[in-house]
Amino acid sequence: MGLTSQSTGRSTTREIFNIKRNNNEPVIALAGNPNTGKSTLFNALTGLRQHTGNWPGKTVLRAEGSFIHNGRRYTLIDLPGTYSLLANSADEEVARDFICFAKPDATVVVVDATCLERNLNLVLQVMEITSKVIVCVNLIDEARRKKLRVDADKLSKKLGVPVITTAARSGEGLPRLMDVISDVVWGRLTPKPKLVRYTGEVEEAIARLEPKVRAAVGDGINARWVALRLLDGDTKLVQAMEKFLSEKEIVRVAQEVLA
Amino acid sequence: MSTEAALDSLMEEARSITGSSQSKVRDSIVNSIYQTAENIASDVVSCTSPKRTDWDRKIDNILTSRVWGFPIMFGVLAVVFWVTIAGANVPSSMLAAGLFWIEDRLTGFFMAMHAPAWFYGFLVLGVYRGLAWVVSVMLPPMAIFFSMFTLLEDLGYLPRVAFNLDRFFKKAGAHGKQALTMSMGFGCNAAGIIACRIIESPRERLIATLTNNFVPCNGRFPTLIALASIFVAGSVSLSFSSALATLAVAGLVAFGIAVTLFVSWTLSKTLLRGEPSSFTLELPPYRKPLVGQVLIRSVLDRTIFVLGRAVVIAAPAGGLVWILANTMVGDASVLSIVAGWLDPMARFMGLDGFILLAFILGLPANEIVFPILIMSYVSGGTLMELDSLADLRYLLVDQHGWTWLTALCTLVFSLCHWPCGTTLFTIQREQKNWRWTVLAALIPTTAGVVACIMLNNLVCALGLVY
Amino acid sequence: MNNTVSLGCLTNGSFALVTELVAEGLTRRRLLDLGLVPGTKVEVIRRSPVGDPIAFGIRGAVIALRKEVANKVLVNPL
Repeated sequence: MGLTSQSTGRSTTREIFNIKRNNNEPVIALAGNPNTGKSTLFNALTGLRQHTGNWPGKTVLRAEGSFIHNGRRYTLIDLPGTYSLLANSADEEVARDFICFAKPDATVVVVDATCLERNLNLVLQVMEITSKVIVCVNLIDEARRKKLRVDADKLSKKLGVPVITTAARSGEGLPRLMDVISDVVWGRLTPKPKLVRYTGEVEEAIARLEPKVRAAVGDGINARWVALRLLDGDTKLVQAMEKFLSEKEIVRVAQEVLA
Repeated sequence: MSTEAALDSLMEEARSITGSSQSKVRDSIVNSIYQTAENIASDVVSCTSPKRTDWDRKIDNILTSRVWGFPIMFGVLAVVFWVTIAGANVPSSMLAAGLFWIEDRLTGFFMAMHAPAWFYGFLVLGVYRGLAWVVSVMLPPMAIFFSMFTLLEDLGYLPRVAFNLDRFFKKAGAHGKQALTMSMGFGCNAAGIIACRIIESPRERLIATLTNNFVPCNGRFPTLIALASIFVAGSVSLSFSSALATLAVAGLVAFGIAVTLFVSWTLSKTLLRGEPSSFTLELPPYRKPLVGQVLIRSVLDRTIFVLGRAVVIAAPAGGLVWILANTMVGDASVLSIVAGWLDPMARFMGLDGFILLAFILGLPANEIVFPILIMSYVSGGTLMELDSLADLRYLLVDQHGWTWLTALCTLVFSLCHWPCGTTLFTIQREQKNWRWTVLAALIPTTAGVVACIMLNNLVCALGLVY
Repeated sequence: MNNTVSLGCLTNGSFALVTELVAEGLTRRRLLDLGLVPGTKVEVIRRSPVGDPIAFGIRGAVIALRKEVANKVLVNPL
């Protein structure tokens, strides 16, 4: 009767790859801290009636929906809300594996305008995995009420990725968000994330590992990020990579996603 | 070289680079990320008016205060139950009247068609009546309860409950977020089981999973409310009866919470020993719920979903009960023969054979336990229309000899018995180990049987009944 | 560094700067993820009605920690 975490690892990530969609439909991932109005945004975009409670971790099941923009259908995946992607919990693992291995055509990171500092932590981590990042500064109405001003242009310059301000509850900013999503998906806009610079020692170690990582896993996965995780002693990522890169079925589904 | 081997050797190399300062490297990485975030945030965010009232804090000062925290919590719970009970009375009896009016029309129709008696019995007295019961008994309280619960949920009150109660869960060796999964369980235990995913530690998640059933779900509330109304509130005047029934239901829920804590504690001392994991809980800002949307969502998504499930199960179950009650072996029906077998055990627990049989037949869904019981009582004797609590009281007390002890044992057993089929299925899917699923059924059942036997024999020995 | 205390000892309403985490393994990771890196300013906001857990203001969010976990965070009171 041993306690294992098998229930949370493999099966949930497998579950996550089973995306019901046509092959040519772009997949958009929705990431973000808990309580940033991510599910509200998801509902507003897809018209899907996912219940949105106000307690951390209530999106325990990944939700999936779609929206049509300029005659094209996009699949939207609502990932569990997490503070970070360092895979300390099942939720973080699900979110990270999806962004890393399912290769969404764009990842929208929803951040809370009233609590930007904490939320940027996740944005910076997502940018290390994928460059196709869009930052959605949500709850901008709450920020206004609290007399906070967020300079979206400046934030966009600092991060190197598009930044859209929204108030999902009232629908403010959503058309613009959809425009930018389609721009990134179809290559009309190429985000150039400005990555976190680490201390000299860490950067040095990354420089030593990165080429070897690239040689081992190819260009499919961001080598700098993998090197960083290796230095971090993240054995879970190595397990995940072994799983995803060796299991034929997963590879097949992943290719389907890529197609 | 395979990818796997390459990765392993890279891991080795990374280890040799960081050497013994592995944890320092991680600290440094996280530090750099947060520093960057801090710098960017301070550059792009400006506050135009530094002084503002922090309403969240003011609200929290009251809702989590030493003096008012717990009274408010139980007050909120009681208000939710009271509004549910008081508010559901009228629509429930109206629905019942309407549905049984339709039954009369159906009866007339079948008579006019000269339909065979078994056909009429199966369809109308079995399937239709079962459905009518489930709908009229369940729909109003569920719609009210879910709406209020969803409102609380959107407001952001639930994490405060977890905050207030965490100390007790810590003492029980469990996780503070178990309070959140229990809250979900009030709606539906299967939903509560899924919500257990928010607990990161497998040990504590399992504790929360195995004990979730001690929280009465919406399928069991109607039974609790009906019995509480008949037996607790039946003796006083109408204006007090809702309040008294509320108190009784709240007391039962408190009992369920106490059992949850006790079983959690026992598990963490025996089968699931281990250190409590680190507990972090965010207290999110309060948000004004979009009331209209909340009402629509809770009615459409939750109520209709749960009701739909109940209806799908109640229809065949109603038919089955009718068949069992009307298939004769000798001069007794199959139903009463089986109930007779169960009777000695059931009597020992303060129940009777029909009650225990109703719980067993109600395995697919808790909502149909009470309807099954009534159907099996009714089908043996005269047919009657049960559209008021007074009729129900007459059926239970005068025709089938219920005492307050029978009611109490039924209530306790309703709170502590095997989870419904859907919940068991969900546990199996989440834990992927049939042992835990079996245990999830055994633990509450054992607790319920033991509690009922003790209660029954204690009360009888003291001569408080008969 | 001479007045370093653990976070769980501070009274409500006080502020402190994080100096060190004495936790290991998963707990350390969690605390780091919450933004409790050295130099971070923390506010002790409130205690639960029974005294434990304690809610802290960390980088703009209110986060509750159990006392024994909070005690693994060493701070300099401000």
